[in-house]
Amino acid sequence: MEITVARSGMLTTVQDLGRRGHRSAGVPLSGAMDPFALRVANLLVGNPEDAASLECTLVGPELSFSSDTVVAVTGASFAAIPMWRPFVAKAGEKLKFGAAAAGCRGYLAVAGGMDIAAVLGSRSTFLRAKLGGFEGRALRDGDVLPAFGSARQVEAHWRIDPRILPAYSTAPTVRLVRGANADEFGRVLWESEFKVMPQSDRMGVRLGGPRLVRIGGTGEMISSAVAPGTVQIPADGHPIILMADAQTIGGYPQAGHVIAVDLPLVAQLRPGDRVRFAEISLGEAHRLTLAREHVLAMLHEGLAQKLH
Amino acid sequence: MTFTALGDTAVVVALGEGIDEAALPRVRALAAALEAERPRGIVDIVAAYATVTVFYDVTRLDREGSERPFDRVCRFVHDRSKRLSADAKQKKFTAPTRTVEVPVCYGGEFGPDLEAVARHAKLPAAEVTKLHEGADYLVHAIGFTPGFPYLGGLPSLLQTPRRSTPRLAVPAGSVGIGGEQAGIYPLATPGGWQLIGRTPLVLFRPDETEPSALQVGDRVKFRAITPEEFLAWK
Repeated sequence: MEITVARSGMLTTVQDLGRRGHRSAGVPLSGAMDPFALRVANLLVGNPEDAASLECTLVGPELSFSSDTVVAVTGASFAAIPMWRPFVAKAGEKLKFGAAAAGCRGYLAVAGGMDIAAVLGSRSTFLRAKLGGFEGRALRDGDVLPAFGSARQVEAHWRIDPRILPAYSTAPTVRLVRGANADEFGRVLWESEFKVMPQSDRMGVRLGGPRLVRIGGTGEMISSAVAPGTVQIPADGHPIILMADAQTIGGYPQAGHVIAVDLPLVAQLRPGDRVRFAEISLGEAHRLTLAREHVLAMLHEGLAQKLH
Repeated sequence: MTFTALGDTAVVVALGEGIDEAALPRVRALAAALEAERPRGIVDIVAAYATVTVFYDVTRLDREGSERPFDRVCRFVHDRSKRLSADAKQKKFTAPTRTVEVPVCYGGEFGPDLEAVARHAKLPAAEVTKLHEGADYLVHAIGFTPGFPYLGGLPSLLQTPRRSTPRLAVPAGSVGIGGEQAGIYPLATPGGWQLIGRTPLVLFRPDETEPSALQVGDRVKFRAITPEEFLAWK
């Protein structure tokens, strides 16, 4: 089975859940910016949840499939496409995403998965190093992607319970656990509203608004590991939330870290959207991760009844 | 040894502070011991300067009773660390130190900032390359891009501030100076360091099981080569 890319959209890449175990070589995690949406898209078409899928950004692609294929689209909302449920993309018909009506990043999973070679254990595209994915790059008009495809039949008159979705919003309150340097920046981070800047990308979401001034601990910072979610404060005082393609070590002060269950909220922010932060304990953050895992396990089980 | 949460997915273990050459053998030994025998749910180990960071997947950690995930990770590090010091006392564990020789073609098109570094140091360019080549370097961290080594040991005379305007594309293999550190760009990426030469060595090899040619704790020696040797390098 083949997928022909008639139009590639703004930035469409192959992603899975990322490249684990290679940070010591300086290789970032990469993978879906919104891992929840990618996992659900895969579960909806009966794939393992970490199968390679397409991530598109703000303006999605136009695709055609060489044979009838079960697909699912999740994440950012596209008006012309059934969201959060499996459907059949008919052979030869164009699947046109258009511009996202809400959110920033959409995910297309194809039953059977994409036929893409793994590099360092992952099919994710890491653009900066031209690593993995489809030729290490974003898709272009005219590309032909090999996929496994599956003749599986689906009942299409249902969708997943929207109550299990993250609280996607254009002005979310994102929960942070404190960072090593949290005390050095006073209350500005916790009491202000920040604006998402257009320079944001897969490496980091850049925030405008009040500057964070370091009032204590002027000691020089020595680089140590950072992670997707780390809120670092460079010298100009404007926070950067590190995301999937962020470098593996960093030397800026760390005010906080977005908790794992709220990373999808950040991934779906568009330039101009607003964000606030609230503090949460490490224990509560872990409890929320385990609760979400339980929800996904239930979804998996429920889908096993429908997809067979 | 201190433990700090790096969000809800990692724990930073600090064995010293700042740029501490003395801590590096312990950092390297601890990272190797943690890497060698990872329990379920421990997903990645990153050594940098005086820290080792342990990444975990809270949904897969095996915990005892009501043990908190953070405490579980600390217990893992403590156990390995204890075993390491016992082994060290019995001389069972000796951290092997590799020295990697890195050939460099200095100056010209390979090192467009050699003259700028020489002016800053108030030295002839030939003296800069001699000092750079003569020093012993230690890999303190790998990061910035895949395979990029942050090297300590740059002679103080050669310490030069970064360029005021970073280059949009630094050629792969470029050998640079950024403040008091030396480094090598494994991939063609943007970069702000002063470029004094280039190596034909490939430092990042994604198709190998150990993709980074250099590891934290390795010693590095630079050796000058001619442009002809550079071009003929296989």
